[in-house]
Amino acid sequence: MHLVPFPLLALIPLFPLLGAAYCGLVGCGLFKKYGEGAIHWPAILLPWGSFVVTLIAVITLAGAGHGAVLHQRLWDWFRIGSLSVDAAFQIDRLSAVMCLVVTFVGSLIHVYSRGYMKGDASYWRFFSNLNLFMFSMLVLVLGDNLLVMFVGWEGVGLCSYLLIGFWYRERKNAAAGMKAFVVNRVGDYGFTLGVFLLFWGLAAAPASLLRGQGGEPVAAAAVHEVAVGHGEVATSPGEHGAPIGEAAGEHGAAVSHGTEGSEAGRTPVSSVTFRDIERIMEDPARRDAVLNQKVLGFGLITLVCLLFFVGATGKSAQLPLYVWLPDAMAGPTPVSALIHAATMVTAGVYMVARLHFLFAYSPVAMTVVATVGALTALFAATIGLFQYDIKKVLAYSTVSQLGFMFVAVGVGAYWVGIFHLVTHAFFKACLFLGSGSVILGCHHEQDMRKMGGLRKLMPITAVTYFVSACAIAGFPFFSGFFSKDEILWKAFDSGNMLLPGGGIILWVLAATAALCTSFYMFRSYYMTFSGTYRGAQGHGTHDAHDAHGGHGHGLPKESPRSMTWVLAILGGLAVVGGYIGLPILWGLPNAFETWLEPIFEGSHHLIHSAERGHGAEWGLMLFSVVIAFSGFFLARWLYKDAKSPIPGRLLASRNGLVQGFHRVVFNKYYVDEAYQASFVNGTVGLSGLLSWFDRTVIDGIVNLAGTAGRFCSGIQGWIDANIVDGAVNLVASLSMRAGRSLRKVQTGRIQNYVLGLTAGAVVLVVIGFLLKW
Amino acid sequence: MSIGLGHYLVVSGLLFSLGLYVLITRKNAVAMLMGVELVLNAALLNMVAFSRLGRVGPDKLDGQVFALFGIVLAAAEAVVALALVLQLYRAFRSVDTTETTDLKG
Amino acid sequence: MNGSIVQVVLFYLLAALALTGACLVAFSRSIVHSAFALLGTFVGVAGLYALLAADLVAIVQVMVYVGGVLILILFAVMLTARVDEGKESNPTVGKIPGLLAMLAMAGLLVVTAVKAFGPRTVISEANPPSTVSPIGNLLLSKYVLPFEAISVLLLAVLLGAVTIASGRMRKGAGGKQEGEAPR
Repeated sequence: MHLVPFPLLALIPLFPLLGAAYCGLVGCGLFKKYGEGAIHWPAILLPWGSFVVTLIAVITLAGAGHGAVLHQRLWDWFRIGSLSVDAAFQIDRLSAVMCLVVTFVGSLIHVYSRGYMKGDASYWRFFSNLNLFMFSMLVLVLGDNLLVMFVGWEGVGLCSYLLIGFWYRERKNAAAGMKAFVVNRVGDYGFTLGVFLLFWGLAAAPASLLRGQGGEPVAAAAVHEVAVGHGEVATSPGEHGAPIGEAAGEHGAAVSHGTEGSEAGRTPVSSVTFRDIERIMEDPARRDAVLNQKVLGFGLITLVCLLFFVGATGKSAQLPLYVWLPDAMAGPTPVSALIHAATMVTAGVYMVARLHFLFAYSPVAMTVVATVGALTALFAATIGLFQYDIKKVLAYSTVSQLGFMFVAVGVGAYWVGIFHLVTHAFFKACLFLGSGSVILGCHHEQDMRKMGGLRKLMPITAVTYFVSACAIAGFPFFSGFFSKDEILWKAFDSGNMLLPGGGIILWVLAATAALCTSFYMFRSYYMTFSGTYRGAQGHGTHDAHDAHGGHGHGLPKESPRSMTWVLAILGGLAVVGGYIGLPILWGLPNAFETWLEPIFEGSHHLIHSAERGHGAEWGLMLFSVVIAFSGFFLARWLYKDAKSPIPGRLLASRNGLVQGFHRVVFNKYYVDEAYQASFVNGTVGLSGLLSWFDRTVIDGIVNLAGTAGRFCSGIQGWIDANIVDGAVNLVASLSMRAGRSLRKVQTGRIQNYVLGLTAGAVVLVVIGFLLKW
Repeated sequence: MSIGLGHYLVVSGLLFSLGLYVLITRKNAVAMLMGVELVLNAALLNMVAFSRLGRVGPDKLDGQVFALFGIVLAAAEAVVALALVLQLYRAFRSVDTTETTDLKG
Repeated sequence: MNGSIVQVVLFYLLAALALTGACLVAFSRSIVHSAFALLGTFVGVAGLYALLAADLVAIVQVMVYVGGVLILILFAVMLTARVDEGKESNPTVGKIPGLLAMLAMAGLLVVTAVKAFGPRTVISEANPPSTVSPIGNLLLSKYVLPFEAISVLLLAVLLGAVTIASGRMRKGAGGKQEGEAPR
């Protein structure tokens, strides 16, 4: 691994950020003044600019040789103790793939959105958010450390929230946005905990290592690094004792400037930067120290990986946090295609692949990842069987396909997971955009029971949809075939799983899910495109945001060219996209695996194969084909032209088992209801309790204080009125009474006065005598 | 036997008491004025007696000077009092002090 | 004291005269009698002054009191007393408290005087010199300020008496104006 400075790297996220700023800050006014052109031309061209820069980067990367990493350090983000975080981007072969997918599919979807969002009042807001999403996603992908990645991670969550609730005037949409956000928060909590724990765990390692160095005095500054020779220049253990204090200065340079390609060869105490973590894990002594740590009885790495995986389940909609994704379909369809199918939801897969050097050391975490993936794949696929909302079908399909990806990364076939990610991005984006085209054509009708016969009316949409359905179902020579088949084989062949029978259970689950996938995809295709149009005709089905000019009525029409072209491109890629990763079994070159090989070579030795042989692989491949076709034919038999009576008969069946099964699956296993009952009601109940506490106790205290104050002032008032005023009044009335009685003395008769005078004088004199004697 | 200070003082005291009696009992304002004159005479007699027979010595005449001032004051007082009595009589057609009680509280 | 019997007899005579006059003033039913009885008191007191060798004071007493104050009082009596009504011209009120007060005061003063000075006899000079000259010196030296003040007082009294007696009082200062019906 060597770093190559690449100063254009920041341009990749910068372009969409500019677009977002442009549309968000001045877009509103420009939109009103100059119309949609002022918005969509910059908003579409800037992501394409990102794509071009990405292409340049990828070509540079390819030319830079095996293990090269393009890197650009922007600035010191912060330094706290031994934690030193740069705002830096890197693009290696893994992120290059992600970046290509994101910029290419994202840009296509921008183009598509131009047609789809035409006439929307918040046109500028949509493109601003979409550009912001591109920016966040690229930051997530390009970040060279966990914290920059986390910025992107949160950014995409935010954009997801904004775009799901794009038509926020409908309460349902806003609620869906909030649901997505809240569920994602649960996952993000796991992610952050994982970051903290990982950082702590890595830092804890050197202490034991230093103690092992014969009591050499440890300079305070030296705690910042471990004087260990780096593995790139193969070092012997004898070199471990490099003077620690001396290393201090060097290390600062190594971290801050070492990104220029000449690593000083010292691993930092701890880091959140991917390549530093990887280097620590590659160093045997430090790796052992990290691996030996236990937290709450779990291995540190296992715990960290599981926490990261919690983050992944939130973002990538795996069990048990998948519930937000189907609801996220409330957003505009391009959003569903871009965020909730092609890019954002794959962030979890990307993260696991990115942190393969951690996951590979924890068989437990790997098993959990794969198992959860397989369960999710089957679980979501079964729910998808009975949905009528075309976008809901695709949403559950997405959840299911993400499950496949997690199976792949869980069994250690990281490149396969990424491969499926790429092909899935193509065909699922195509499917979503196709569904968007259908929805637009059907005047925002999403119920497949009210569609039908659209093949003649929307031929391009129909063809691309069919092709993509073939791809996702795993028909041979379509892209999905190669990736999904590889996943199934890797799962079957895995030697890492801690499950009984190795990966066979995973394979059974995933194969069943593949069968369901094939079935429900073609079910949706036939329900939508075959037969006759069942939707409302003639009379309008205008709804709130159907502002698409005068074609709110009548038969569906093919979508505008900006949309169909995108569909065609994605449809084509859905077919040929898989050819970058042809099976080695066929003796064909697998460019994709080769491309990603340098990324995962560090953990390659930890992934074991069950060595089940080529025969088994051939057999499984054949079986996959059989599965795909059986699903296809079953769906065709049941749903083609809506002629078969069986689905209706099954629905009308009085058989308790059939009915019960349908009801449970149709209602998505009541998971939402269970969450509602447990978490939501629990939270509401808790807040009710807290509210009650607040009302009763807190307010009670306040009111008590108030009452006490009032009581005291009452007493004071009483004292004031009765004692103080009483005293005053008493003095007054005493004076008055005294005056009244003394007035009588004032007879006006001088004689009396003289008498009094005399008497007084006599008394005084007598008193004087008495005192004297 | 001889006449000492005590004799004069007894006479003066009796005069004073009688003047007081007049002041207390008489209703007539002019009669009361007479009482006042009696009291004043008693006091002046005291002064002259002390001047002559007191411990100050016979050649000290301050008491007599005081008596002279007192007499002058008494004269002035009598003049004003009589003017007042006249006025009182004009106002009330009476000099009966028991009747002139307009200021009674 | 030369201890002459003449002086003793004179003292008692004069004292009796003064006290008798005072008693008449106090107890007479007629105000005219009282006024004339006052003459006796004044003369008696003047005699006592003379007996005390205060010749100037005695003369002034006679001149001012008998010649001035008494005449004024008589005028007042004549002007105000309605003798023709045939009633008691000098009515009294509250005799019992008056007597009590008088007796108390008299007892007090007499007891004090007797207790304080009774046994002592003060020898006076045989031929006391005239007091006119020394008093005149005193008045114009030591007591010149009171002397001048009293002259101012006399002036004020003169004006005041004229003002009051003339009846032109400030409006509102007195209760009733002239000619008003008596109560």
